[in-house]
Amino acid sequence: MGEPSLRILLVDQNAARAAILEEGLREAGHNDITVVREMHGLLRRIVDLDPDVIFIDLENPNRDVLEQMFQVSRSVRRPIAMFVDQADTETIRAAIESGVGAYVVDGLQKARVKTILDTAVSHFNAFNRLRDELERANQQLEERKIIERAKGLLMKERGLSEEDAYGLLRTAAMNENRRVADVARSIVSLVRLLK
Amino acid sequence: MNRIVTRPKITIGFIPLLDCAPIVVALEQGFAAREGIDLILVRETSWANIRDRLIVGHFDAAHLLGPMAVATTLGVGHLQVPIVAPFALGLGGNAITVSTSLWEQMARRGATPGANPRVQGQALARVVAERASAGSPPLTFGMVYPFSCHNYELRYWLAAVGVDPDRDVRLVVIPPPYLADSMRAGQLDGFCVGEPWNSVAVQAGVGTIVTPTTAIWPLSPEKVLGCRASWADANGARLDALIRSLHHASVWCQDTANHAELAHLLAAPRYVDAPAELLLNAISNRLPLHKGAAPVALENFYVPASHHAAFPWVSHALWFYAQMVRWRQVEPQQTHLSSVAGTYRPDLYRRALRPLGITSPAEDVKPERFFDEAAFDPSRPCPDS
Repeated sequence: MGEPSLRILLVDQNAARAAILEEGLREAGHNDITVVREMHGLLRRIVDLDPDVIFIDLENPNRDVLEQMFQVSRSVRRPIAMFVDQADTETIRAAIESGVGAYVVDGLQKARVKTILDTAVSHFNAFNRLRDELERANQQLEERKIIERAKGLLMKERGLSEEDAYGLLRTAAMNENRRVADVARSIVSLVRLLK
Repeated sequence: MNRIVTRPKITIGFIPLLDCAPIVVALEQGFAAREGIDLILVRETSWANIRDRLIVGHFDAAHLLGPMAVATTLGVGHLQVPIVAPFALGLGGNAITVSTSLWEQMARRGATPGANPRVQGQALARVVAERASAGSPPLTFGMVYPFSCHNYELRYWLAAVGVDPDRDVRLVVIPPPYLADSMRAGQLDGFCVGEPWNSVAVQAGVGTIVTPTTAIWPLSPEKVLGCRASWADANGARLDALIRSLHHASVWCQDTANHAELAHLLAAPRYVDAPAELLLNAISNRLPLHKGAAPVALENFYVPASHHAAFPWVSHALWFYAQMVRWRQVEPQQTHLSSVAGTYRPDLYRRALRPLGITSPAEDVKPERFFDEAAFDPSRPCPDS
């Protein structure tokens, strides 16, 4: 070791994602991390913090604001977009695919920066997976609810048992080449219209 | 035997602004399909994302700031990747808007609604000078990106009326959807942006349009279609088909009979996501300059096709470079000039449109004229350096 620790600034509007990355960076031995969610007054913060590395999420329209600060400000050590070297297109591609933009001040040892960027990319990817899983789980929950409602309607309107009501839904779905949840959704919205 | 015919796909990134219109129309009105290509349009949130995703190949082509195409080719402040711009996405469409309180101060010093940029600029210069002698903080103006026509048009106008854009005012980047709110919050005194974002501030009652930038630089350029030079080289036929479909789309956009439909199309949440009536004002060259005012006719404000609007004039690229040098964004080098001139590609434009019997301009450059009577000579883009 013996190397001075890098100052890292993380600009992310998503608190959960920022927390995941911050934890990952701390585990990798980086303790000097600042998380910012507000763009207002950011230039002042950057001047005060004097970061070596800045990460920003790509969903953030304020990325353009950040790039202009680097352009105009003489009070900021001029950070440059990560890796102006042609050989690093793959690294940039991995970062962009994971949804993170990175800026580093010139002159940092490249291997160190690469490690830290890899950490950011893998944690952004982990967050993306979590978000996808959550979306899937929510969708499944929603579908289960709508099937329950359609079943209830069929039981009430046609005097069916729960098992028969579900069987009817499933047969209709198979015949129409649709998903059970889609058939259930049609039934629920149709009944709503008829009432 | 089942034969599934798939057309070659072209993925294009765009930013929600009025001048993404030809790209949207090429898809929605079927011009791309008729040229045998499938367009996949991806809405983006920042110009930096557009540039990066174009560079790494997520996008084959993009709705791009003309100066950004030049800056990326030169590698100013970022990875150097040769970009080509074979088609311009229209002329004009920008305006300068100031807060209602700054407008009141300007009006007391000679500005009047719809007056020429010199009259408006002189009034602003008086406000700026009086603030300086009173020790007030400088006014803050917003624009969308350092390498943009908006930045350069705003700077050109300020400098021409004696306001130093780096010393006498503060220039900041604010994404267009945040401009009206920043102005309402008192963080911004003015901004230069494309439509519909001036009209959004006017409609919200927080801003007054001082001048369209087409009064500063008549028939001024704006966005281009940009792609990696390597992609253009490897996909000549596909690029030609894309240029032809954008040509048909631009002509469709120019036709007044289509304006209402165009406004409606662009208003959709997946495109510009702004009220159709605001977009229609800009498309029909008529803008209310402040809230409640009757719309004022603006000459050649929205020009997607006429006046050779889609022709990628090399003189435009050279003027952008001259501004980068003027405002010290780049150290001038003799080798830059050929890279800059090689970014705008009228040869590709002509090649694609020749089969349609379109007469393109024979020259690649033309003199550019500005409101202060100054002319830009493309054969000497940087006379002082």
